[in-house]
Amino acid sequence: MSAPALEAAPPLARPRAAALLWPVVGAITALLVLLPTSALPGWMWKLPPSWKLPLAGEVSAFVKWLVDSAALGPLAFIDLTRAIAWVLDWPLALARALLVAGFTTGQGSQAVQWFPPLPWFAVVFLAVALAARVGGWRLALLMGAGLGYLLVFGQWASAMVTLASVLVAAPLAVAGGLMVGIACHRSPRAEKAITPLLDLAQTVPVFAYLVPILVLFGFGPVSAMIATILYALPPMVRIAAAAFRAVPEEVVALARMSGCTRRQFTWKVLVPTARPALMLGVNQVILLTLNMVIIASMIGAGGLGYDVLTALRRLAIGAGIEAGLAITVLAILLDRLAQAMARASERGRHHGARAPRRYWLPVLAVSAALWLAAFLAPPLATFPDSLQLSTAAWWDEWVRWINITFFDTLDAFKNAVLLNLLVPVKRFMLALPWPWVALVAAFAGWRAGGAGLALGALAGVLFIVFVGLWEYAALTLYLCGVSVLVAVTLGVPIGIFASGRERLWRAVEVAIDTLQTLPSFVYLIPIVMLFRVGDFTAMIAIVLYAIAPAIRYTAHGLRGVPAPLVEAGIANGCTRTQLLTRIKLPLALPDMLLGVNQTIMLALSMLVITALVGTRDLGQEVYSALAKADVGRGVVAGLCVAIIAMVADRLISAAALRLKRRLGLS
Amino acid sequence: MVSLFRRRSVSRLAAASLVALGLAAGTAQAKVESNDPIKITLHDWTGELISARIIGEVLKKAGYNVDYVQADYLAQFAGLKTGDLHLAPEIWATTGQEALDEGVKSGKVENLGETGMMAIEEWWFPDYMKEKCPGLPDWQALKKCAAEFSAPETAPKGRYLGGPVTWGGFDEERVKALDLDFEVVHAGTDAALFAELQSAYDRKAPIVLWIYAPHWAPIKYKGEFVNFPRYEPACYTDPAWGSNKEATHDCGKPRGPIWKAAWAGLKDKWPGAYSTIKDVKIDNNEMGALVARVDLDGEKVEAVVDDWIAKNEARWKGWLPK
Repeated sequence: MSAPALEAAPPLARPRAAALLWPVVGAITALLVLLPTSALPGWMWKLPPSWKLPLAGEVSAFVKWLVDSAALGPLAFIDLTRAIAWVLDWPLALARALLVAGFTTGQGSQAVQWFPPLPWFAVVFLAVALAARVGGWRLALLMGAGLGYLLVFGQWASAMVTLASVLVAAPLAVAGGLMVGIACHRSPRAEKAITPLLDLAQTVPVFAYLVPILVLFGFGPVSAMIATILYALPPMVRIAAAAFRAVPEEVVALARMSGCTRRQFTWKVLVPTARPALMLGVNQVILLTLNMVIIASMIGAGGLGYDVLTALRRLAIGAGIEAGLAITVLAILLDRLAQAMARASERGRHHGARAPRRYWLPVLAVSAALWLAAFLAPPLATFPDSLQLSTAAWWDEWVRWINITFFDTLDAFKNAVLLNLLVPVKRFMLALPWPWVALVAAFAGWRAGGAGLALGALAGVLFIVFVGLWEYAALTLYLCGVSVLVAVTLGVPIGIFASGRERLWRAVEVAIDTLQTLPSFVYLIPIVMLFRVGDFTAMIAIVLYAIAPAIRYTAHGLRGVPAPLVEAGIANGCTRTQLLTRIKLPLALPDMLLGVNQTIMLALSMLVITALVGTRDLGQEVYSALAKADVGRGVVAGLCVAIIAMVADRLISAAALRLKRRLGLS
Repeated sequence: MVSLFRRRSVSRLAAASLVALGLAAGTAQAKVESNDPIKITLHDWTGELISARIIGEVLKKAGYNVDYVQADYLAQFAGLKTGDLHLAPEIWATTGQEALDEGVKSGKVENLGETGMMAIEEWWFPDYMKEKCPGLPDWQALKKCAAEFSAPETAPKGRYLGGPVTWGGFDEERVKALDLDFEVVHAGTDAALFAELQSAYDRKAPIVLWIYAPHWAPIKYKGEFVNFPRYEPACYTDPAWGSNKEATHDCGKPRGPIWKAAWAGLKDKWPGAYSTIKDVKIDNNEMGALVARVDLDGEKVEAVVDDWIAKNEARWKGWLPK
């Protein structure tokens, strides 16, 4: 994809020897793959068992020690984590009381409710009032329609369970991420220490550390919430750190001159200036929090995720889709509301607050009255059955119809892709000897980022090899590699096409938000029906999930091209194509590379889900380890996934940085 | 489902509200050893939901405080060991034995014995395959018509859709030992497994796959299990056993009980409940009929269980603590 950019700008062309470099590497690789297997010693593909590091056993032993006997003085480690869980249970219990359970005394089946939760009409009223206040009638309409969907399709009760945990988890993740981001900004050393931890939290599949979390924090919604926060926090930190870096030098200097204290500088200058960028972080936190809903429901969070799982176990595809869409609806409502609130507070800052009390007092009074009404007449609080409807049967019928009508056509298409793309790449990956891969990775690291990166990449590959997971890693690279390739080839043109067309872009945005929040399990099962179990099904699922950043970042990059440059191009008589290939694309390239980077991350994070349709890669290894209660094996396989992600991330980031420098963008 | 959530969340809150309001515990029940809720796990298949609720409702009749908690089948062992969860009503010998053994070995989980149900797992085919492959359900028929079961990626070999790798099952070994011309493809979850079956069934397309019972699938779809040589322990360990004198696994899959598993402390904290849970017995046919009412007729789990409780009073009264 860099070819047009390089042609466009002659001064950027590489020296001749360097240009020959990668073709030579490619030729040697081809030679190695084509060689008969007997030409090289067998350990280059499969490590002899005696060379393996017994890391999995050691990790298991460490976790056992942590749980059974670790202590800080008189306080056992597990008591400490249980105390944390107890503290976190408070806000969660309050949210659940408000939205789900009401206020009760007694435990278990003997609990007695003495005041009901907020009834649906009060929740709808409050939410619409809030939306109208911060986002005007458009947002109010969206809010009403979204909540209406939840009510009419019978998802309300489960949605409130999910909402209660999201309302606690998302703010905690945003606040936590902001704090860590500030810490990173204040001390580069802290940033260096934290960055790898963030990478791990984002890339090690949740299944790998689920069991230790359950033991340490107890089985239930709190553990689910902690796992969710761990997963949703890293992008917030990254975005916060990047946003703070981007605060203009003049603003910082002004703050210094006016004698701000450190705290004043952070909260009055840094955070407000970076707010628009921070809101992107909030968006990601909300999306990721809802992304975890399915896994959280496996460990006792309940709600919509549980509905999706149970529906699909019964093959009730329609019911699964309805519950899955309810998750998407919640995500979109919360996200748009948060964005509007940020904009509203910005306006408030500039124009002064417009008597909020006069608006909120009556709203709260009405809500309280509605709540009281539910208390006095409990039947009112249930949404009438006669107004509910379900399209489940229609979805089921539709999937069946496609299955019967188009199976043969789809099957032919699948076989073509399988035989011409997937199988050859798989053979190729499995035929690569690992010493060569290690060498190439180190070399690429050295070219892109110098000796440090080279050593890191080398160490990463060697770790995977010496814990004995090379074959699984090769299969992972194959499946993710092909999927990323397909996602980028489809996503980049879509991004380019949609970026200049405002209406289309809005529709595309809704579509990719949906893809990112709709639990992948929902579309995985119909895909299995059409394409059967296998790598092709897994690939489609990964592409659907990972295509979003490829589209988003491409469009973002193109839309961010400075207008004067475009105008200069037009003034010079560029055609539309020239404008695109000579000006816009080269300038958007660093952003697009970031998009590719994120596509890879998402593809890797889908591995655990695709393990559910029978792939044989690292994701399956993590999942099997969970099934066999083997903590160490799961953690080690999870680390291997993280290593692949990190090496890919560092290489691409370094390459993007070099490119930016060459283009004179930084 | 709705009332399920309500009930559960109510209890989650209970502890908090108790402290917050400084109120005494709710109506104290006589007889029972502890008023703390016994936490029973709910998984994502209907049979288990029914088992859990039957045990739970019977315990309630005995005056115990019961709480239902959603938990993953395998992840729940972490909770059972620490005492966060108390009872797992269905652990299948065929899928959960390793996790259960590991828990029992740690001394923190106790096996409370059989539920009365037997897990059956075997190769299964829909009835319409009998026309294409006469001689079924005898396994010898598969030898002759492997090609009838083939898919483009396995042709000319037949395609057998096995369970998730985590279920084990030794199908690769079985195919080799019985000299079947089949390739084993693994589904990752049983949802994927049944999605394929539904798809093939709608199109009357060839399929042979791993099915287990008690489950709604063998009730909903017309078909049969393949008759392999009957499993004996020696078949899996002694090559000389069976038709193939040089290989093990030349027989069908073992059938095993479905266990009840509990937190080891349950026995001391609620001795009465412990004996009741041990006594509960339901067999395959009874469970199959209940599962079908939920999954095929669309009744609610709660309604089916309440109906069962009303109709089987003499039986569950016999399980109550004496």
